[in-house]
Amino acid sequence: MSLRITLAALACVFLLLGGSRPSTGASEGPRVQVELLSEVAAVVAGEPFRVALRQRIAPGWHTYWMNPGDSGEPPRIEWDLPSGFRAGEFVWPLPERISVGSAMTYGYSNEVVLPMAMTPPANLPAGKNVTLRGRASWLVCEKICVPEEAPVALTLPVAAGAPSLDPRGAALIAAARRNVPTASPWPASFVATPADVTLTVKASGLMPDRITDVWFFPARWGAIDLAAPQRARVDAEGIRLDVARGQLREAVAAPIDGVLVVSERLDGGVARHAFSLTALPRSPGTDAAGLGSLLRAIALALAGGLVLNLMPCVLPVLSVKALGLVRHASDRPALLRAHGLTYAAGVLVSFAIVAGVLIALRAGGEQIGWGFQLQSPAFVTVLAWLFFSVALGFSGVIVVSGRFAGMGQTLAARSGYGGSFAAGALATVAATPCTAPFMGAALGFAVTQPWPIALAIFEALGLGLALPYLVLSFVPAWSRLLPGPGPWMARLQQLLAFPLYAAAAWLVWVVSQQAGPHGVGAALAGLVLIAFAAWLHGALGGIRALWRHTATWTIAALLPLLIVGILALGPLGAGTRSPASEVASGGLAWEPFSPERLAALRAAGTPVFVNFTAAWCVTCLVNERVALRSPAVADAFTRKGVVALKADWTNRDPAIGQVLGSLGRSGVPLYVLYASGAETVAAPTLLPQILTEGAVIDALDKI
Amino acid sequence: MRWRYEEEDSYMSPDSLTRRTFLAGTTLVGLTAATVRGALVTSAWAAAVAKVGEAAPAFTIAATTGKDVSLADQRGKIVVLEWTNHDCPYVRKHYESGNMQSLQKEITAQGVTWLTIISSSPGTQGYVTPKQADELTVTRKASPTAVLLDPTGVVGRAYGATNTPHMYVIDKVGHLMYAGAIDDRPTTRRSDVPGAHNYVRAALDDMAAGRPVQTPVTRAYGCTVKYA
Repeated sequence: MSLRITLAALACVFLLLGGSRPSTGASEGPRVQVELLSEVAAVVAGEPFRVALRQRIAPGWHTYWMNPGDSGEPPRIEWDLPSGFRAGEFVWPLPERISVGSAMTYGYSNEVVLPMAMTPPANLPAGKNVTLRGRASWLVCEKICVPEEAPVALTLPVAAGAPSLDPRGAALIAAARRNVPTASPWPASFVATPADVTLTVKASGLMPDRITDVWFFPARWGAIDLAAPQRARVDAEGIRLDVARGQLREAVAAPIDGVLVVSERLDGGVARHAFSLTALPRSPGTDAAGLGSLLRAIALALAGGLVLNLMPCVLPVLSVKALGLVRHASDRPALLRAHGLTYAAGVLVSFAIVAGVLIALRAGGEQIGWGFQLQSPAFVTVLAWLFFSVALGFSGVIVVSGRFAGMGQTLAARSGYGGSFAAGALATVAATPCTAPFMGAALGFAVTQPWPIALAIFEALGLGLALPYLVLSFVPAWSRLLPGPGPWMARLQQLLAFPLYAAAAWLVWVVSQQAGPHGVGAALAGLVLIAFAAWLHGALGGIRALWRHTATWTIAALLPLLIVGILALGPLGAGTRSPASEVASGGLAWEPFSPERLAALRAAGTPVFVNFTAAWCVTCLVNERVALRSPAVADAFTRKGVVALKADWTNRDPAIGQVLGSLGRSGVPLYVLYASGAETVAAPTLLPQILTEGAVIDALDKI
Repeated sequence: MRWRYEEEDSYMSPDSLTRRTFLAGTTLVGLTAATVRGALVTSAWAAAVAKVGEAAPAFTIAATTGKDVSLADQRGKIVVLEWTNHDCPYVRKHYESGNMQSLQKEITAQGVTWLTIISSSPGTQGYVTPKQADELTVTRKASPTAVLLDPTGVVGRAYGATNTPHMYVIDKVGHLMYAGAIDDRPTTRRSDVPGAHNYVRAALDDMAAGRPVQTPVTRAYGCTVKYA
């Protein structure tokens, strides 16, 4: 009783201190004013509708979410409904994080509208009024906490026909529902270690630099430490969130429900999207270092490395190395072994460097995998030149010091070891564009692992690559199975040049995909320069070495200029189509966008809606699911005869970039509606970046 | 520009070989450092809060009597810790209904030490002087073994106490056996007291019967502890 009196007294104090007067009909609480809203103006028998509890909260105070966090209590309503009426549960809009010292709570400040479904009975006689009555209770906290409660009631007429909207209630409820999380389009899982929970959301294809913030609100207390920092990593595979385990140890045995909030940077600011998801428990074995899967990945990598030796880009390198063994089979075995080991070291060190760079870049948030270097046209060009140079050597065009002069020498020279190491490094570089069977699975596993495991898998791959030569050098008996030295070796070496020429030709083709005709021109010009330099070097054989080298290197120095030219050309990855363009969006029939198609449609006087989107754009995805896929929107498109074009910017298509630029934007999402009529008619309508069904239909209705 | 399967001019001089090895080494060292740092941050966080099943954090703080009370002195006895704030509506639910007092009486009669701890900092809700705290004990007819004052919040933070009431049970050898709510009705309604399942009593019953505590951790409910 005394509590009630205290509350009443506090209520008076609050109102005197300037708390806003409640509107008529709203129940008065000292710190929270509540009222019951309805989306409809009249009830229709058997037709479910939405009602909502609206809380207007005094400044500085807050009420709580369904999971209040480390403290607090969610609001509730105890209904006293007319017979036959059924009320649903609250639908919870996204809360705020309210940190209180070492505790974290989730709640609402200023105002919150909590919608819920209300189902009237089927046998409700029209013409009468019904009153929905209940008792709302809630906890409201600032520094201190106060439990409050108030009766709420709402009287509505019963109508016979179609339900009519209550404009104010419908608007408030619709606004609240926009803040209710949507179902996650991505599967989620988690792995628990004694200290941490790692949540993995398979949101593949996101652009890490667009995602400014990620936070997970669990639906229940206990599985994760709510106040602990959440370390999010966004990469090509999706979102990984590391957070300290909560106190309830057994909570990780069951799925973890919750809301993932992803903030995405757009042209006009930051858009926050909330997704409700259920993360299923996953045994650590499928993620971090299950011994079985690790051994399997290492075995696959080893096999992949072995197979790499047979790839057209590596085979020549290895073969010529093996020829050396044939030649020196009579040399001291220890020396051969030393060369085998040096070659293996060259391979392993090179693989460690590639793996190190890859791991470091991934740790920095780059979305790359094996072969990431090949995404750069400059790197591909240099690789083509390298293959071409090596092939020229095999063909005998580049002769170092007299034809076959080096072949008869022993391997004893100090530089011989350098040569073996270099051959190992070259084999690794040559292997880059080749993907052996089994390699993909092993490396796909490697890149998701902690770095020591990733490194182990890369080194297993390297070991596989080095193994055949290593074995030959350790077991000279095997190399004796090869035919004895003879002129066939020179012929074989010349023959082996051709796979290398083929590899170079293939790489130039890759450049054509990446950098267009100008890139190909530069790459081919480089090949000519190399051939010329090689010939010149041989042709000037009679003159002083200084002149010879100067002439050769002057020509070679032109190569970097070509690279600069290639870099200035086409962007990374242009020309590859993304899957996003093929994905149909529900009821609407999307046509692919092109400036020509747009011009043609407009010239014909057809209204056009252009959806500028990208696979990595979270906001675009949400808009498509929330607004563009709805049947009502599809109807409006049909009614108005609007053609829907989808401009897929997943790959930074310059034509699309230009159109975006002409509309004053530099990124997606962008939604543009061109009204019917001549092109000279008013500028196109730009829709908001955060679409709602209503906004799209309104815009369509205006044309 | 030149490459042969064996040549005097090596493709890679010993110098550049050293440089490559150095680069790879540096990368590895950098990665190792990053990983170790990550591990340290994690463990520092995990160590911040008392864990059920492990040793309860030791403390020595002043009781309202002026005497220091130390957890170590209670060795051989079961200890119940109760975080409180007499103005918190959730605490009032349990005191105004007599629920907390009857639990104190019942449990201390079995030889259990009951320590009521106040971690409200000066100027915040629930902060009391030793004299006021003793008066509250008298007027509320409470019977804790002692009331301890923790205005700096050191003990509260060591236990990760977030709420009032927040309850802990420590066994005779100093292991934390229960942490969380007093019961399973997270409301301020006195009418919820009679039908509630009391987790503290359940934990003590399990311990008396030599069973593992069935519900060792629950979400504590109540007001936030008013730390400085």
